[in-house]
This record gives sequence, structure tokens and C-alpha cells, in this order.
Amino acid sequence: MKASNSYWKESLAGKLPEPLGSELDRYDNEVQLKKQGKIEDKVFAETRLRRGSYGQRYDNGQRNDGKAVRTLEYPQAATKGPNTLFDAPGMQRIKIPYGGMNAEQLEVMGELAEEYSDGIAHVTTRQDFQLHFIHIEDAPALMRRLAAVGITTREACGNTVRNVTGCPIAGVCKTETFDVTPYAHALTYFLLGHPDCQGFGRKFKISFSGCRDEACALAHMHDLGAIGVVRDGKRGFEVLVGGGLGTVPQQAKLLSDFIPEEELLPTAQAICRVFARLGEKKNRNTARLKFVIQKLGIEEFRRVVGEERAILTPDPLWTAFLKDVPNYEEKPARPPALLQIEGARDIGFERWRKSNVYAQRQEGFATVTVSLPLGDITADQLRKLADLARTYVRDTVRTTVEQNMVLRWVSEADLPKLYAELAEVGLGEAGAGTIVDVVACPGTDTCKLGISSSRGLAGELRSRLAAKQWELDEAVRGLHIKVSGCFNSCGQHHTADVGFYGVSRNKGGYTVPHFQVVLGGQWEKNAGAYGLAIGAVPSKRVPETMERIASRYLEEREANESFHSYIQRIGKAKAKLMIEDLMAVPAHDADPSFYVDWADAREYTIGDIGVGECAGEVVNPIDFQLAACEREVFEAQLALESGDVGKAWRQAYDSMMHAATALLSWRMKPVGGSGHEVAANFRAAFFDTELFFDPFAGGKFAQYYFDAHGRVGAEHGEDETRRVIEEAQLFIEATHACYGRLSAQKAA
Amino acid sequence: MQHFKVKLFAVTNEAAIEGAIPVFHRWIQESALPGVLVDVADYQHVPNGPGIILVAHDGIYSLDTFNGKLGLTYTRRTVLEGSDLERLRQAVESVDRAAALLEASPEFSGKLLFDRSRWEVAVNDRALAPNTQDTYLALKPVIEGVFPGRALEHVGERRELLRVAVG
Repeated sequence: MKASNSYWKESLAGKLPEPLGSELDRYDNEVQLKKQGKIEDKVFAETRLRRGSYGQRYDNGQRNDGKAVRTLEYPQAATKGPNTLFDAPGMQRIKIPYGGMNAEQLEVMGELAEEYSDGIAHVTTRQDFQLHFIHIEDAPALMRRLAAVGITTREACGNTVRNVTGCPIAGVCKTETFDVTPYAHALTYFLLGHPDCQGFGRKFKISFSGCRDEACALAHMHDLGAIGVVRDGKRGFEVLVGGGLGTVPQQAKLLSDFIPEEELLPTAQAICRVFARLGEKKNRNTARLKFVIQKLGIEEFRRVVGEERAILTPDPLWTAFLKDVPNYEEKPARPPALLQIEGARDIGFERWRKSNVYAQRQEGFATVTVSLPLGDITADQLRKLADLARTYVRDTVRTTVEQNMVLRWVSEADLPKLYAELAEVGLGEAGAGTIVDVVACPGTDTCKLGISSSRGLAGELRSRLAAKQWELDEAVRGLHIKVSGCFNSCGQHHTADVGFYGVSRNKGGYTVPHFQVVLGGQWEKNAGAYGLAIGAVPSKRVPETMERIASRYLEEREANESFHSYIQRIGKAKAKLMIEDLMAVPAHDADPSFYVDWADAREYTIGDIGVGECAGEVVNPIDFQLAACEREVFEAQLALESGDVGKAWRQAYDSMMHAATALLSWRMKPVGGSGHEVAANFRAAFFDTELFFDPFAGGKFAQYYFDAHGRVGAEHGEDETRRVIEEAQLFIEATHACYGRLSAQKAA
Repeated sequence: MQHFKVKLFAVTNEAAIEGAIPVFHRWIQESALPGVLVDVADYQHVPNGPGIILVAHDGIYSLDTFNGKLGLTYTRRTVLEGSDLERLRQAVESVDRAAALLEASPEFSGKLLFDRSRWEVAVNDRALAPNTQDTYLALKPVIEGVFPGRALEHVGERRELLRVAVG
């Protein structure tokens, strides 16, 4: 804890905007009361989450150090949530609505990263900032310092409306219908702390896009995606609802193709009220808006929202912001001027200009992307960026969902000087939005849910690709790679050309870090299509896998064919064949490096459970059986692609039943019988006993199997089948994980 | 003053810092340093950044390249009882002890040497130690108490932490 916390409380007293100042005083008191054990764990956990104070890996005081599980002996026994130690470092998420920041805010972010964190501020895939290794007692002081420059962490986590994201080039974009920034701003602050948004069973994500066909703000993967539309000269929005990634990705559905601007806020309010009323509260795994829409159908959902809208009490805030819309027009710091051609220029500058500079629709101005490797930036770099934001632009800085930052309104003639100044502090890297600009969630570095090292892998891919990026064909250079540490998709792997998400496998009694390979997602068209998993490769083989995929694409693509179209054309079966030989894992004795994750030195484990010691023993039949289940679910995908929905559903279900049978057989010896018997036996042996439960997701994956079992014999639509295939893949992953956990326990 | 941050510079910038990953993990296994050692993080991808860090409850160790200079830094995070002199001494001893262990580790043996004539002392708290000439003058005797006879220089720009080069 910092000695200066009380100083900030006193020096900023009465200077913070209300009600934020009073709220932070209350939060400060709650932290102290929790320290004294006077607030119940669950209550305080939700309280701090709503302030953006998250848990972090090992905060239960247990960590596997590669040899054994070690207890972290913190000074205090107090807790800050269920199974979460008060002294354990945590993560602070900081909301940056639509990514908009000014120079002063950049400087404060740098100060906080330095004084409270590890010297790094991290830009997330939803335009937030995150600081890691934060002590909970420092959080109120940190929040006060943010509030003093107009930033709140309120509702950055928890079952709330999360950061409202927006296109980072809104207002300067050449293809947008209009600048969505004022609307994103208005909706952010209208819903912040709104009473209708306090009773959610789960989080709610909103994005604003100005174009339909660009990546923009990825509307299709949001609970509410608003795309600017002009109809008959009037501004409004196409509104999409119920999108999401996570374990079961869902493309948003069209709620309305045109909602006039004055109806935006009340419509969003009505959707929130419906979500609060009809959304699941007990089972968080089915509590997102997409499940409400899945249950009701979009027609009924539309009707219910319309009904809710009709009974809302009119609120002047719905339209008060409209008069301020023209004020959002940004002004440049310097006059427009075209880049002067003065003979041969530095090749570094030319490369950077090609990938990191976007010519704005306002002639003579450009938007510059500042590439941040893995979204990380130091305090010194933040201060320098603040200087540049003052010198070259007028505070017009934004974060992006690709974990970079942009400076808008740079006079083109200033580009060489700006590049030189960025390069001086290591911020002049080229390759923004290309294959080297690998996106990654925190993964096992700091996230409690991480299975594999997404940042370790992303760092490795980035450094290998950077070394040869200028030798790559343009088509390959333009690919997007995104990495998630687990199935929860924080790295947005479904929307990438090539995505990876962390899983684990068992080999000879050891656990091996793997990544599922997800191909053919579409970043463009607001995340218009999601990729599908084709198989898991060991973490250490991912770079080779990436090279293989890229070179095959280059060899086999038809003229100007995108990667998404290429994968669609060759189909999943051929795509899988491409990497099948890379799925093998050498025995531990033959190559122990496969059993250590990237950027780590410890022997890999999941759930901090020690590995077994049966290296070199014969392969257990369950390994073969689970491999067969994976093949089945893969074949289900192929059947769906070929239009045989009934067969696809059946194969997906069978893959789950066979995985359940494999686990039952391994644990209890020969098991046979009907599907009903398998489900009943599995429930008794693994669900009721909680042996199958994921440490964080609980019984969710088993429930997928039981739900599918309950639907045997029913009619199955395409959407349902697509979902069941995803669920089957996750059930099989959970079976692998359960087998790994129980093997380790057995060995111990 | 609290939260001293002390850096001991390496003789050269040549060492491959990735070797610190296994070393720091081993320190956790062996409880090689006092206090609760929590985890290791890799920031090699950040130019002039924290490099490889070892997070402890009381502070953070980093084999870093901040300002383009390789060195080992200890940043005190928790409050420490005692006088300013004792607090600074704790930070200096922490980094010195860790530096000796790094130099002796098989990963760095002969490849990483620290120059014990070049240090930097900072105070990682702008409220307690604003970066002004007055604070520098107040801090000076404390640093001289730990590094008697050394040349001191107030370095960096005003927005940075108060930093003093000890030569």
C-alpha cells in the first residue's frame, strides 16, 4: 500500500466531479471495512468489480512454481472476495469511452502505471486501459487521480454496461455516414449508473460504427451494435443485438434497420430493461443477452423491446445531447499541408507511412497509428505521446481495439518529424493492422481464467514475423492474428483470419499447453463472420503452424482471394489436413520444451495442479477416444457446411456422448448402454460430484451435453446446430481438462 | 520518504535479458530473496521498458532497459517502517543482493556484470516526493548517507519521478 493514499484523498477533496467524488469516498471506506472483515466477501467482490478492480492470477494465495504448489504467505489473512486474498495484487480496468483521450489523461495514466503498477499501461481489445499488480488499498487513490482528469473506472467490470467502444477514426473516416462519437459519448454517460442497468445477470457491451463494411467497431460481436445510417437526410442507426464471442460465439441479429437519432437512447434503455428483466440471473453461463434472444427469437424480442419503449417515462436526457452534436467536430492543431517529396526518404519512414498512416477525408490531414506491441506502453512513452498530442494535434488521441493508439488530425507535412519523434521512444514501429500486429488478451500472465500463454505466444509470433515482414507477400502481410488464452475469447480470436485460443492436452501423464487453431474469421464488415476451430496444436508448434498456413494460402489462393474466402473455398477438412502433422506431441523425455509454455520456465500445469509422473507409459485408450470425439465434432462442422443440418446436429451430440463415455470408461471401467444411461451415469459420476466442473465455469460444459441430450429427437435449426457444434467442442475440451486434473490427482 | 526505487546499472547493455525468466522462476522455487515472491512477467517486447520483472509483495525487481540502459531495479511498493536512511538502505541492499545472485546464476555467469559505481535513486511517489529542487535537496543527505562521497545529479524532466544519478 502506498503511503500517499491519504494525501490524494485530502488534496482532491471537493475537487472531483460529483457524484464521483462521494462515490470514491464511499469506496475507500468499503475497502477499509473489508480489510477489517466487516463486509461479506461476495458483496465486496461485486462492489470492487463495479469499480473496475478485478482479481488476478494466484490471488487465492496458491501458485504452482513448476515443482510444487506454493502458498503465497501474504502478511494479512483478510480477503477481498471469495477465495481472494486482500494482499494479493489485482488488475484495475479503466474505461476509456470510444477510446478518446487527451494529453493530460495520457500523462496521468503514465504516472499511475509507474507508481501503482509495474511501469506498464496496457490497452485492451475493448479500448480500455488496464493496470496490473495493483494493491486494492491503492485503488481509491488511483481512481481519484483518474477522476481529477475526467476518467472513471465505474462499471468497468461486473454485471454492468461495459466500456462503450467506437470506431477510432470516426469523424475523419472517408467512408463513414457520419461521426458517431457524440452518440457514443451520450449513450455512455446516459447508461453509466442508470438504475435500469443495475440488475443485469451479466455484462452488456455496446459499440458504435460509422460504416457497415469496414471493421469499424465490430458491431456483430456486441450485445448492442449501432451503425450510423442516414435515411431521407436524417441521421439514425441500424441496431444489431445479441452478438457476442465467449464460449459460444453468436453474430448479432438485426433489431431495426433504422432508429432515428432521438430514439437511440430510449431504445438502448428499453433493451437494457428487457435484459435486466428477462436475462438469466442464476446461471451466469447463459446470462448474456444473446441467450434471451435465442430463447425468445428476434421477432418476439423486437416486440418486447417495442412494448418496453412505449411505457418508458420520457427523459429530457434522451435528446438533450443532440444540440451539442456539432461541438464534437475536432479542430486541428496545425494547418493542413501535403507531404513534401524531397528526394529519397528513409525506408523506415516509408514503411511506417504505408502501414500506419491513414489519409483522412479532410485533405492535408492524416491519422497516425502508434503501434503498441501487445498493447503495452511505458510511462515515459505515454508522456512523450502526450507531448506529441500537444504539438502535432489538438488532444485528439484514441485507443483502438487492436491494442494500439491513434493520433488524429496530423498535418501531412508533419509526418516525417512525427515519425522521427515516435521512433526516438520506440513508438515508430511499422506494421499496424498487419500480420505483425498480433492482438492478445492477458492469458496466463495475469488472468485467472487463462489456460495457455497468449501473450507469450503473441510475443513470439510478433518477433518472428517482424524479422521477415518485408519479405512477405502483401496478401500474407495483411492477415490478422488474434490470440486468446482460453475459450472466453478476450483476444477476439473468432474475428481474425487466423485465431488461436488456449487449451490443454494430456500426454503420458503430463499436461501440454496447446492452442486451438481458428481459421477464416472476418474482421471486416464489423466482424461479419466468425472462424471455426479446426484442431489443436501444441503451443510450441504454433509458429510453424502459422508459417504453414500462410505459405499454403499464398500457394493456393486465387486472384485477389481473401483469406476468409480461401478458407471457405477449401473447406475445413482440407484446412485441417494442412496442419494435422503438427498436432503431434513428442514424449516428455524426447523434448521437454513442449511441456513448458512460451515466456515461462515452469513445467506447464493447469489449475495449479502438479503434473503426473508417468512419462513414457503407453498411451491410455481415453486419448484415442477423445481424439475420435474431436474428429466427430469436426465432421459435424463439415456436415453443416454441406447443408446436412440433421446429420451435423447428431454428430455433434454423438461427439459429446462419446467423450462422456470415454471419461466414464477411464474412470470406472467398461461402460455401455443407451444415450440415456450414459447421460445419467455421467451426471451421477461427474456432474453431481462436481468432478467435471471447470474451476471458473463450473458445470457449464456438462450442461451443454445435458441440454443437447434433452433435445435428441427434436427438430434442429441451423443456428441451434451451429451452437451445439461449438458447445460440443467445448465439452470435449472440458473432458480433456477433467481427465488431466484427475490424472494429476491420481499420480499425486 | 517511502517507496524508494533503486537501479544498479550493468557494465554493458549486451546481456540477453531473457535469461532472467528461468532465474526469477527459480528464485521463487528456492525462496532466494526475502519476502513473498509472487510471479514473473516478460516485457521484452516493449522498447526501453521493464524487461523481465519479478513481482514480490513488497516490491518489484526488474532487469530492465529504461532510458536505454540495462540494469537491475528494485521498486519498493509497500510502506516500510524506519528512517529515510533505513528505507533507502533496504532498497539498495535488495537490489545489490539480487544483482549478486544474477551475476552468479548459470544463465548470466560472465555475461552480466553490474557496475557498483553507477546507481540511480528515485522515489516512486509524486505526492511524497514531487520532482522539485527542494525535494532533491531534502533527499540529498539521505543518499549521501548510503553512498558517501559519491557525485549526485538530479536527472530527468519535471514530469518524471524524482531521479538522482549516483556516480
